This record gives sequence, structure tokens and C-alpha cells, in this order.
Amino acid sequence: MADTVFVILAILIVSSALAVVTLRNIFHCALMLILCLFCVAGLYILMYAEFLAVVQVLLYVGAVAILMIFAIMLTSRLAGREIQLSNEQTFIGGFLATVFVFGLGYLYYKDIEAGQFARVSLKIPGAENSLSIGKLLMTEYVLPFEVVSILLLAALIGAIILARKEGN
Amino acid sequence: MHETAHSFILDNAYWIALLPLISSAIILFFTRWREPLSAGISITAIVLGWVASIWVMIEVLINSHGGHFQYIERAFDIVSFETMHLQLGFVIDPVAAMMLIVVTTVSSCVQIYSLGYMHGDPRFSRYYAYLSLFTFSMLGLVLANNFFLIFIFWELVGLTSYLLIGFWFEKKSASDAGKKAFITTKVGDLGFLLGLMLMFAWIGTFDYDEVFAAVKSGQIETWKLTTIGICIFCGAVGKSAQFPLHVWLPDAMEGPTPVSALIHAATMVAAGVYLVAKAMPLYTASTTAAAVVAYIGLFTSFFAASIALVQNDIKRVLAFSTLSQLGYMIMALGLNGILSEHVEPGTGYAAGTFHLMTHAFFKALLFLGAGSVIHAVHTNDIQLMGGLYGKMKKTASTFFIACLAIAGIFPFAGFFSKDEIIVATMGHPVFQTVASLVAFMTAFYMFRLYFLTFTGEPRDEEKYHHAHESPNSMTYPLMFLAVLAFGAGWFGAPGVKGFSNYIFEYGGHAHTPSAHWSVIIISTVLALCGIGLAYLMYYKKSISPDTVVEKVKPIYTLLYNKYYIDELYDFILIQPTYRLGRFLWSFDANVVDGLVNLQATITYWLSDVKHWIDKNIVDGTVNGFGLFCDAASGAFRKMQSGRLAHYLLAVVFGMILIILLASSNLLNWTLAKVGL
Amino acid sequence: MSDPTMSQLLNAEMLRYLWLAAALFGIGLFGILTRRNAIAILMSLELMFNAVNINLVAFNRFTSPSTFAGQIFAIFVVVIAAAEATVGLAIVILIYRNWRSIDADRVNLLKW
Repeated sequence: MADTVFVILAILIVSSALAVVTLRNIFHCALMLILCLFCVAGLYILMYAEFLAVVQVLLYVGAVAILMIFAIMLTSRLAGREIQLSNEQTFIGGFLATVFVFGLGYLYYKDIEAGQFARVSLKIPGAENSLSIGKLLMTEYVLPFEVVSILLLAALIGAIILARKEGN
Repeated sequence: MHETAHSFILDNAYWIALLPLISSAIILFFTRWREPLSAGISITAIVLGWVASIWVMIEVLINSHGGHFQYIERAFDIVSFETMHLQLGFVIDPVAAMMLIVVTTVSSCVQIYSLGYMHGDPRFSRYYAYLSLFTFSMLGLVLANNFFLIFIFWELVGLTSYLLIGFWFEKKSASDAGKKAFITTKVGDLGFLLGLMLMFAWIGTFDYDEVFAAVKSGQIETWKLTTIGICIFCGAVGKSAQFPLHVWLPDAMEGPTPVSALIHAATMVAAGVYLVAKAMPLYTASTTAAAVVAYIGLFTSFFAASIALVQNDIKRVLAFSTLSQLGYMIMALGLNGILSEHVEPGTGYAAGTFHLMTHAFFKALLFLGAGSVIHAVHTNDIQLMGGLYGKMKKTASTFFIACLAIAGIFPFAGFFSKDEIIVATMGHPVFQTVASLVAFMTAFYMFRLYFLTFTGEPRDEEKYHHAHESPNSMTYPLMFLAVLAFGAGWFGAPGVKGFSNYIFEYGGHAHTPSAHWSVIIISTVLALCGIGLAYLMYYKKSISPDTVVEKVKPIYTLLYNKYYIDELYDFILIQPTYRLGRFLWSFDANVVDGLVNLQATITYWLSDVKHWIDKNIVDGTVNGFGLFCDAASGAFRKMQSGRLAHYLLAVVFGMILIILLASSNLLNWTLAKVGL
Repeated sequence: MSDPTMSQLLNAEMLRYLWLAAALFGIGLFGILTRRNAIAILMSLELMFNAVNINLVAFNRFTSPSTFAGQIFAIFVVVIAAAEATVGLAIVILIYRNWRSIDADRVNLLKW
């Protein structure tokens, strides 16, 4: 069952991601991105990371992707019009990306064969997932948590200042 | 240190000197724009000082037990080393007390007189500030308790004298005269300073008492004392305008006449006499030094009197008369150091200081009278005056009294002091003869001056017409001084006790003047002869002056031109100095400047060479680098397209390179090599 | 230490995720290299973030499931990605206002 779900999700993720980087209509691209992000959230659930999956849906699908669509609508005078989206680097880019992916894959193999990763018994985390993450965020990881909060605040203010129309 | 008497005024006598200093400061800093107030402050200060001086004199007389007054000295150290104590303090001895009275009296009269004389002058307040400053310096000089301090005040009076001679500095002759006075007296001051240095080197102290104690002990070789004495006398020669440094005093008459009366007749020029009197133990210890003093005084008195015979400028006649009289005093003081069996020890000292006092009064009176005349007729030339008696009765009568006093007619002040001096010359035939001759000449030129100015027919109608008697502020001081010119001599008259015995005593010898009838008769006869000759020549006109002049034309010309001393100095000192200056200038302009210009030319040429090298070789190298970089960067700049896609491509290349390195273990090998 | 078969099974399962993440990252990489539209580049960037997150969660899941470090880092990455997207889009809008275009190839400010 899990394998089946993984395969379906993997196919969806890869195809939708390819659509994001190849489609000619930027609006379609954005929709494909949303699909892709949803599927990644599914993957998280598959890996027992429910809290992260929820965060993924809320933040990525609900905020980032919608923000993208807003930006698209603000910048393209006709949202649906097809404009030239790709530059002349298509072939070299594709080649490099492929080399990169297979290089990474080779490294994974190599490291696993060399026993780089510690083996542990597969303990299935239970319902304590959200609770534990919440506790950890407020105790062990409180400093990065606060730093990230400040980063968010700064980004908020920065975005407002940058996007503000002059004279307002 | 002698301390026998204590009294309020003796302990605080230094305030007499400080009061004028304070008034001077107040005038300069606060009341310069309020002229009557300035004058009031100055006069108040000096009159207070005058009253205090009289009080001091009374205390001194009271404390003169048995004819010998113990010095009052108050001092504190300003510089104190193991072997050297430099003191700031004052000492009151009889001669200082006498000088205090002289200075404050004349100064008061002059300041009151100046109210009228300087009225309307644009620098009225400054004039009073200078007068006060001078009075302070002079009183400080009188009160100083050591040679070092006296030197400080000595220079201060020189400075104020310079300021006052050149007071009307718009007039070139006045500012030149100021400079001349300053520089000429500096020549003497150099000797004084040298004397002080030698004194400190050989005796080791500046203090009067200590110096004189050392002198009396006989431990110092006589030749050293002679050297010191002559050096210090150099200062006196400069300040008291003795030959050969007398040339500044006649020119100093360019200053306001009251200033001439105060500084260049009564007080400052007397400072030299005062210094010699103060240093008298040095001269009694060294006969050579005393002889130098005496001969210089003798020569000056005759020399100046002869010039005074023919001068036509009223103030210059008085100036040369001052020279002559100062020479008298110096001579008397010098004779004090040469023992003579004919006179009591101390006679010369008493005569010199006594004449210092009487002369101050009648000479101040003469100058103030001359000032009054000048004020009335606006000229100094006696040939343009005449017949002024009718217009200026007060001035003329006081002037007449002064003339009688200086001529030495009984019972005026000069009679007693001049006789005293001639008594002091007894035993020295040359001195006695010349001194008597000078007395005759003095009487002659003073009455020549009087007759030409006040009697006969007016020679300049217009000036005569405008002449008028001076205001009361000028005539009252004249009258006051006339009283002193009449009466001051009685203090030192033979047989009068109580004053002169103590004031003019020297070395423990109570001064008891005695009447030498031969001297009295001879000097009176000579004075009367002088007056009579002047009467015949300038009043009765029975002997024509022109005829006399014709007969002794060369001598007349010589005298009229003051023995050409100024010209001589000009020829042997000033012109050579100028020539040396011009020579040095041309040396500087040609040789030194030439060298500098040569160096500049060489530098210029070298810099041309360097310029070429710089331009072609150094700049060529730099430009070569620049061109190379320009060309190279032209190739590399194309990499900087500014396009995001190109940059990202480069990043990805780098990432792939890292992956390749990692997968081939080259990364680990490299990290191990560099020690990571 | 569990038995070798279990271990190999786990490795094989983790490798699936790692391959997927690598593929997603490669696609994102291709996107940022080839896209001209600035918003499209940002989208590709999001894909790469997601690839990284998948990696993080996978390693957490298969190497140390008792801790949550990987997940917490993934959360931080999500938050930072959100911040990045916000600022990035604001910059895009600013560029659009100045150039009337969001063509990244025309914006050559990096040259200066």
C-alpha cells in the first residue's frame, strides 16, 4: 500500500515539477506548483511527519503559492497570455541538471555502501509527533525559533517597504 | 640688617612707590577716556606719596640718635639658592628719604603744572599714566635695597623716559630723540650690567650691606673694586648724561616740557648721581675709580657750561646747564673718594647729595618756567622773545629766583650747595679753579637767558602780542618751587643743625658744614661777575654780543655746534655702522643670494631632467601596466554579463565540480593535504 | 543493531526518497537555469526547497526516528522559504515597476 502510494506521489511530483519548469503559461505553472506541493505534503505523511505536512499545506499551498499567483496577476497585464518563458540555456541547463542528479545519486549509493548512515530499528512515531515538536521548539530549539521569528518580522517589514508605492 | 626703628610709615614706605603704579594701571585700564578723572587719580596718588615722604623724613630725623641713623630695611627673598639670595625689598637711609621728598615734590608740582600745560592734548590720560609709571620706577629705584633691584628700576625709568620723550611721536624729531636717549643710555647700562655681573662673580652678592661689608673687610683686591666701580659708573654716565654719553639729553628736550623738568632735570638724571652716592663705599675703597668719577664730572661740568653759553634754544640752555650741574655733583662724589687733608672726610658726599636736592628744586623750577614761556609764545628760540616780564610777572619773578639760586647768590639754595662743592674741591687746585670758573659761566649763561627772555624790547612783536600769563595750575607749582629754590639751601647751611647733619652724613661722619670765607667770597664774586657781564651785554647793551662773537668766531662756532660731538659720533659710529650694514646687505644680496639662486638654478635644471625621466620612464611603466590591465580586463569583462542566468550556470558548474571531487575522493585527499 | 536484511530494506526505502528529492532538485535547478520570468525562477526555487525538505525528513525518518531534528529543520526551512518568497516577490514587483517587465535577462544590474 505504502509503496503504491509512494509511486503515485513520485510520478505526480516529478511530472508536475517538470510542468512547472516547462509550461509556457506562467499561470499554469503556478497551478502545477500547487499540485506538486500537495504531493510533497503527502510524502511527509507517508514518512509519519504529519505536523510538517500540515505546515506544508498551510504555508506553501495556502500562502506562498497564493502569493505567487497574486504576483503573477500584478505583473502580467494579461495573466493568461503566453510569453516567452525560457532562455537560450535550455540544453546546457538540462544537461547540467541531469549530471547533477546522477552525481547526487551516485554519492548516495556510495555512502550507503560505505555504511555512512547509522542503522536504527524502524520505530513508528505515534501521535506524539506534534506534541514533541512543539515541546522541542519551545525548549531545545528556542533560540533558532526566536531568530527565525525575527527574520520573518524583518521580511514582513522589508517586503512592505519594498513593495510600497512611492509617496504613499 | 639694621633694625632699630619701628614705625608704621617706615614699615610701609614701599606704598609710596606702589601708589603711582596703581594709579598708572587704573588710568591705563579703566579711566583712559575720562581725562579729568585720570589726572585726579594720578595727582592724588602722588600727593599722598609726598605727604608720606615728609612723614618718612620726620621719622628718620626722630630716629637719628646721636647723628647716626640706622638703616631701615624690609625684604624678602624672591630667588633663593644655596649661595645666592636675591631680595625684593626696600631700604630707607637718609639719602633715600631725601630723594623720596625730592621725587615726590617735583613730581607733584609737575603733575599739577601739566594740568594746564597738557590741556587739550589728545593723549592726556596716557600722559598721566606714563608720568605715574615713571614716578613709580623712580621711587622704586630710590627705595631698592640691592644693586639688582636698582638695576630693574633703572631700566624701568629708562623705558618711561623713552615713552615720554617720544610722547609726541608724530613729530619725527621727538621719536628719534626717544630712540637716541634709549640707545645712548643703554651703552652705559651695558657697563652697569657688566659691573653687576662682576660684583656677583667676585663678591657674591647684590645686597648693599653685604657688598659694602665685603669692601670694608679688605678681602677684595683693589683692582677688582676699581673695575666694578668704573663699570657701575658707566651706568651713571649714561643715565646722568655725563661726557661722553651726554648727547641724548639735549635731544630729549623734544618731550613735553614738564617731562623735561621731572625726568631730564630733577629726578631721572639724578639717578646716576644717586647710584654713585649709594655705591660710595666702592669709590672710597678705590681711589682710581673715584678719580675717574671726579674727572669725568669735572670735564662734563665745564664742557656743558661752555656750550650753554651760546645756545639760543631756551630748553637746550637749561639742558646743558643740567649736564653741567650733574657734572658738579658727580665731581663732588668722586672727590669724596680721594682723601684730602684740607677737608673733612665725607664732605664731597654731602656736597654732591645736597646739591642733588637743591638742584632738583631750582632746575625743575627753571624748566617749568621755560615751559610757561613756551606755552605763551610757542617758540623755544630766545632770540624771538624779549620783554616778556611785563606780560608774565609770576613766571618771570619765579624764573629770576631760580636763576639766582643756580648762580649761587646768597641766600638762595644754590649758594649753599655750590659752596659746599667748591669746599670739597679744596686741596685739588685744578678742580677748584675749574669749578669756580664753571660757577662764573653758570651765572653768565643763566642771566643771559633771563635778560634775553624777559627784559628789553620784544624782538618778535607778533609772538609778544599773543603772549599771556599761564593759568593758575601752572603758576602755583612755580611759586611753590620758588619757595623751595629760595629756602631749601638753609637746611644745609653752615651752623644749621638737625637736618643736614644726619641726612648727608656718610660713613658715620656726622656732616657739620662750616663756613669757608675764602670760598664764599670768591664764588660770590665770580657769580656776580657773571651776572654783571650778562647785564652789560644783554640788558644795557654796552658790550655788543656780536662784537664778542666776531672776535672769537672759531670758538663760538665750536661751542654753538656743541663741539661737534654729535657729528663726530655720526662720523665714527653711525656712518660706519650704516656702511657696515650696507656692505653686509650687498654681501647678502650678491654672495648669499647668489649662492641661493645658483642652487635654485641647479635644482631647477635637475628637476627638468627628473621631469623627463618621470614622464617617459616612470609614467611609461605605469601606463604600460595600465594598458595591459585595460586590455586584459577587456577580455574578462565579458564574463560579467550581469545576467542572472549566466551567474547561476556558473554556480551549478561549481556545485557539480564539488560533487565530482567528492565522488572521486579527490576532495578528501585535498582536505587531508591542507591539514583539515 | 538490527539484522542486515532489515537494514538493507530500510536503506532501499530511504534511497527511494533520496532519488525523488534529487530529481526534484534537478528539475528546480533546470528551472532556475532556463527560465526568464522572475516569478518562474522563484517557483523553481520553491521546488528546490521542497527537495531539500524531503531529504531532511527522509534522513530523520530512516536514521534517527526517535528525534525530531530533521523535521524541526524542515519547519525552519519552510518558514525561511516563506520569508524568502515574500521578499523575493516584493523585489519582483519593484523591478516590474521600474522596468515595466519581469524578464530576468533584461535586468542586468549585477553588472554594476
